Amino acid sequence: MLDDTKKPLVSVKDLKMHFPIHAGLLRRRVGEVKAVDGVSFDVFEGETLGLVGESGCGKSTCGRAVLRLYDITSGSITIDGREIGATPQPALRDMRPTMQMVFQDPQASLNPRMTVEDIIKEPLDEHTKLSDAEKREKVGELMDAVGLNRKFAKRYPHAFSGGQRQRIGIARALALNPKFIVCDEPIAALDVSIQAQVVNLLEDLQEQFGLTYLFISHDLSMVRHIATRVAVMYLGKVVELAPREGLYADPLHPYTKALLSAVPEPDPSLARATRRIILKGDVPSPANPPAGCNFCTRCPAVMDICKRVEPAYREVQPGRFTACHLYNETTNTADETAG
Amino acid sequence: MLDGALPVLDVRDLKTVFKTRGGEVHAVNDVSFSLRPGELLGVVGESGSGKSVTMMSLLGLLPSPPADVRGGTVMFDGKDLLRVTPEQLRTVRGGKIGFVFQDPMTSLNPVYQVGFQIMEPLRKHMGMNKRQAAERAQELLELVGIPDAKRRLNDYPHQFSGGMRQRVMIAIALACDPQVLIADEPTTALDVTIQAQILELMKELRDKLGMAVIWITHDLGVIAGIADRVMVMYGGQVVEHAPVKELFSNPQHPYTRALLKTIPKIHGARSARLTIIEGQPPIMTGAPTACPFRERCDVAFDRCAVENPPRYDLGEGHDAACFFDARTGEPRDA
Repeated sequence: MLDDTKKPLVSVKDLKMHFPIHAGLLRRRVGEVKAVDGVSFDVFEGETLGLVGESGCGKSTCGRAVLRLYDITSGSITIDGREIGATPQPALRDMRPTMQMVFQDPQASLNPRMTVEDIIKEPLDEHTKLSDAEKREKVGELMDAVGLNRKFAKRYPHAFSGGQRQRIGIARALALNPKFIVCDEPIAALDVSIQAQVVNLLEDLQEQFGLTYLFISHDLSMVRHIATRVAVMYLGKVVELAPREGLYADPLHPYTKALLSAVPEPDPSLARATRRIILKGDVPSPANPPAGCNFCTRCPAVMDICKRVEPAYREVQPGRFTACHLYNETTNTADETAG
Repeated sequence: MLDGALPVLDVRDLKTVFKTRGGEVHAVNDVSFSLRPGELLGVVGESGSGKSVTMMSLLGLLPSPPADVRGGTVMFDGKDLLRVTPEQLRTVRGGKIGFVFQDPMTSLNPVYQVGFQIMEPLRKHMGMNKRQAAERAQELLELVGIPDAKRRLNDYPHQFSGGMRQRVMIAIALACDPQVLIADEPTTALDVTIQAQILELMKELRDKLGMAVIWITHDLGVIAGIADRVMVMYGGQVVEHAPVKELFSNPQHPYTRALLKTIPKIHGARSARLTIIEGQPPIMTGAPTACPFRERCDVAFDRCAVENPPRYDLGEGHDAACFFDARTGEPRDA
């Protein structure tokens, strides 16, 4: 699947984002929530990497950490050839135009007291030296690109529907000609009939401007539609990463299998015929993950080793990565002696 | 299916209007449906289609003003629920008709133990004493699959996870052996693996307890897996109604057809591009005089703009509110 001509635009290595837990009278640090705990992946130029998982698995934190909206605990992030993992925030400013974000809730991410024009223009004010007329022209072009009527430039966000607000958010993200956009659940708040409109728009823009997306979503059917490759997260770790076709046709990790089988299929004969894998129990707390494999408390294929040794995340087939002892036969002994 | 059995719940021409400063919003327009004993009726629609307001109207849960339930009948247990006294309605709600809401976070009271909240309907509706109610509450928690039920009765809602809280909500709804359970998007706030658990549980409970269920959702996948019959709502109206297999294999209303095409699938062929439904859902100000879907419809013609289509009976329990006959490919006779 991976040809040699493809270059990673974004390269994430062993990214960790831990949030401290303070408790007691003196607010001592008593532990940490390991929201993202050692995640590695590449995003190739022009592709869409889908990042899926259930709520609380760390997928949004991961997306924000990659853009350095947080000061990360450790790890390396390279975007467009530049290492930004440890760069202090002020020095990141000149990188910001390259990497942008589209947020989940178009209601909360647009300032209700700014007009659409001001919202889309703000990144231009901050990062460019264009004249007012040039900025207005650029805003007009952006509104055309995302399918908003230029006549509505002086209106406020409340005058728009959810789908149109998401278009405003996308126009703002596009204003500085970014190369890489993190889309954090961009369609989760939208109605079914509007979701397809926004997804098609994102695909059109990708083609038109050569964008690279990290598409974060819990909607596995939509990710199957939009993503080139898909990474599945569980409790702060990527458990499987594979090209779309392979992942959906033949998932390797037991969690991916369960997750895919749990998606309700809009076809009554198929929905009743397929055997669902029903996972027992809930996701453990990321403040206190289980020993060994994170998934061992719910895994239908759990073995003894899973409760002791954390499985290594490695390439088990060309282009297919997973962290599971089931695929570890050759390295089991090595891991055990090492760990 | 118990075809021909008397319906447990029969709703005719229900009409609910909200009075707002911008005029009257007709949220529910002549909605009719019936529910047979033991069946699961799925109600699908997008936000604002009137599916929740329909259910809240028939239970008298809407504050008035602004809501005004303007007409229709809701026959349950030999009585018209729209014309009984508030006291009589209270004995039905949470008693013979149970309900589960979307958000398990906000529908449980955070300052009471869940045991108390499950026991409340048992003591109010069933006249149980404290000891009897506590025993029954424990049974109910076991029924919905909460481990260590006896100890968990003393826990507060925040000590339960989202999926577990929804199980508690279901236990409360089931407390008084309801004949009808109304579930309003009960799995929407949950993750897919937890949703799968709750769907399994609901199927099991329905078979075990034999109650009729109304399941409201916007997710056609959920409906496909769980419902016996489906009612599709759009713009405050029922636009199509059919047995579940018929609806998915032979959709007759343009909205249903478009909706089925617009959602991507997890199995089978993957389309290069998603089919979209242009435009926005309507806001139903003023009494409807035209088809609410006409502006987004690909087969609309002049008649759709001047008349609101009635539900045409297509046989075998299938009906669709459309002037265009998808089977013949021509408009129906005026």
